[in-house]
Amino acid sequence: MTQLVWNGLFVGSFYALVALGYSMVYGIIKLLNFAHGDLYMLGAFTGFAILGAAGGVSSSAALPVLLAVLLATMVITGLAGVVLERVAYRPLRGAPRLSLLITAVGASFALEYGMRVVAGADPRVYPVRLGGTTLEVFGARLTVQQLTLVAVAVVLMAGLNLLVTRTREGRAMRAIALDPRTSALMGIDVNAVISRTFFLGSALAGAAGVMAGAYYGKIDFLMGFLIGLKAFTAAVIGGIGNIPGTMLGGLLLGLLESFGTFWLGGEWRDVFAFGVLILFLTVRPTGLLGERVTERV
Amino acid sequence: MKGPGQDPAAPGPDSALSGSDAPPETGAPQESVPSPGSGSPAETGSAPGSAEARPPGGSRATGPKTRLRGTTKPPTVASRLLQNRWAGLAGLLVAILAPFVNATPYALSVMTSAAIFVMLAAGLNIVVGYCGLLDLGYAAFFAVGAYTSGVLATRFDLPLLATVPAVLVATVIAGIVIGAPTLRLRSDYLAVVTLGFGEIIRITANNLEVTGGPSGVYGIPHLVDGPVAFYYLTVAVVAVAVAGAARLGRSRLGRAWRFVREDEDAAEAMGVHTYRVKLAAYIAGAIWGGLAGVLFGAHLSAISPASFTFLQSALVLMAVVLGGMGSMPGVVIGAIVISILPEILRDLADHRFFLFGVLLIVVMLLRPQGLWPARSKEALK
Repeated sequence: MTQLVWNGLFVGSFYALVALGYSMVYGIIKLLNFAHGDLYMLGAFTGFAILGAAGGVSSSAALPVLLAVLLATMVITGLAGVVLERVAYRPLRGAPRLSLLITAVGASFALEYGMRVVAGADPRVYPVRLGGTTLEVFGARLTVQQLTLVAVAVVLMAGLNLLVTRTREGRAMRAIALDPRTSALMGIDVNAVISRTFFLGSALAGAAGVMAGAYYGKIDFLMGFLIGLKAFTAAVIGGIGNIPGTMLGGLLLGLLESFGTFWLGGEWRDVFAFGVLILFLTVRPTGLLGERVTERV
Repeated sequence: MKGPGQDPAAPGPDSALSGSDAPPETGAPQESVPSPGSGSPAETGSAPGSAEARPPGGSRATGPKTRLRGTTKPPTVASRLLQNRWAGLAGLLVAILAPFVNATPYALSVMTSAAIFVMLAAGLNIVVGYCGLLDLGYAAFFAVGAYTSGVLATRFDLPLLATVPAVLVATVIAGIVIGAPTLRLRSDYLAVVTLGFGEIIRITANNLEVTGGPSGVYGIPHLVDGPVAFYYLTVAVVAVAVAGAARLGRSRLGRAWRFVREDEDAAEAMGVHTYRVKLAAYIAGAIWGGLAGVLFGAHLSAISPASFTFLQSALVLMAVVLGGMGSMPGVVIGAIVISILPEILRDLADHRFFLFGVLLIVVMLLRPQGLWPARSKEALK
């Protein structure tokens, strides 16, 4: 039982990290960035490339090295997100929503299969594998590495939350979410803030990618597709556009999946998750903590 | 609800193949004046540079400006040629004559697949092109159709034709199950939910025993004997399907679809029951996809979950976008290009999907109306 809860929370913290980027971008420019899951994939591969270039890593120093790689990867995926926004999304900002969605699908496609061209179709094995010391807490078995990853995720999320609620930058983001035109009149450089939002969201996705690679040990070019969907589900459960809600949604989705897998069997896990998504959209489309959003005319 | 006969001015069934075009005189004048309804009210997040606030032409936002490009100019000779009402018939003629040029089993198989793909694109065009609902799980309906007919035909030894009513029922149910809860929501939620639904169907088919698990259903009986006969049957069915979809687009219901696409709030205010209209589009798309699935099963005689991935849905969407959303002749051309191109570019197999993705972005940035845009009396968006 506690094992299930722990597994759920662990997976859920990944979902929450990825979902945050989704949610932030959606909250600010109302764009569903389908390529977000692929930035996660890009993060995993970037980390892979950096580790490969650095040569072998001794297992004793694995964790500090991994953290350094994590930071480097976050910068790179963040920049990739900025480029993506600049090239594919910004020119279409006034266009109908359908065009933006289609562009996002195209971007996702291009990233996935672009990576396939670069790295090949076969799964790659991560050079660093976290496994090891097991702890027993309340009957649940968990590893130090799991704890570290969750701690990193929590730190990243807490930092983001502080940034959005306490800083000048965060205030600008929230202002744009409310009304971009008025924010521009108030002297906010809307484009720059949106770029930085993409940077943050993509960096978080990249971090999650490296962590997933290091934990599961195997990465492939389609790994972002499913987690992108899951992250969206998490964001919807918690309330898309709402940062604490999204974190809650990610953890909740992890728990639901963990228990759903237990009851229904692993092969139905994804079906269960999407079933929850559809149920939520029917019953409470604003999510647990979301506010009712009316489409303004 | 969707009788093609609702359009009394119809000259005849054949001309419907040429799609939702109107005579060329219509295009120009309305476009230069942005009508109050055709702005972008849904874009709450529109940036300060969005086009509605600026005079046309001086705008930095390239999206809306290029959208008008094809329609403000008077039609060129080429586009008038494309607007010709005989274009559809000519296309059909090409399809009929193609086996006389090359009738190797390989070529026939490719052409049959292309025809089935055209039908899929025609169905998706109803949903995405006419009604403006982004469906990213269209392969799900394809799968529902293929599996329903395949399983029934192999388990109960039915001829394939006898499974068609069951396929219709199954796809309509699938359309309602997925459409009913989500069509009330914001349009972008629909996109992700359909994506999830596509995965649900594929994983379910993969897990259930009755659908044969990962290896799928095999030994599906043929509809007719011989690949040539089947090719012609497919062409006939697809021609009727494309014509039907185009006719549907010009019916009263089709007008309502386009109204909903242009401005849902205005449509609602004018008394269009937007929810019901959207559901109708969704169900129509589901039926087209399901019937294409029957043809697919009959063509390959074996189906497996691997045929119904997101890739398939994305390729169909690609065809619709490339050809021109809402333009039936454009979509047909787009579908043929998308399905034949990989056969020609075999050497580029690795880069193909990457190029498709880039192409999708480029089309949306530079020519959102597609290769062969829809022209009609209503303003384009």
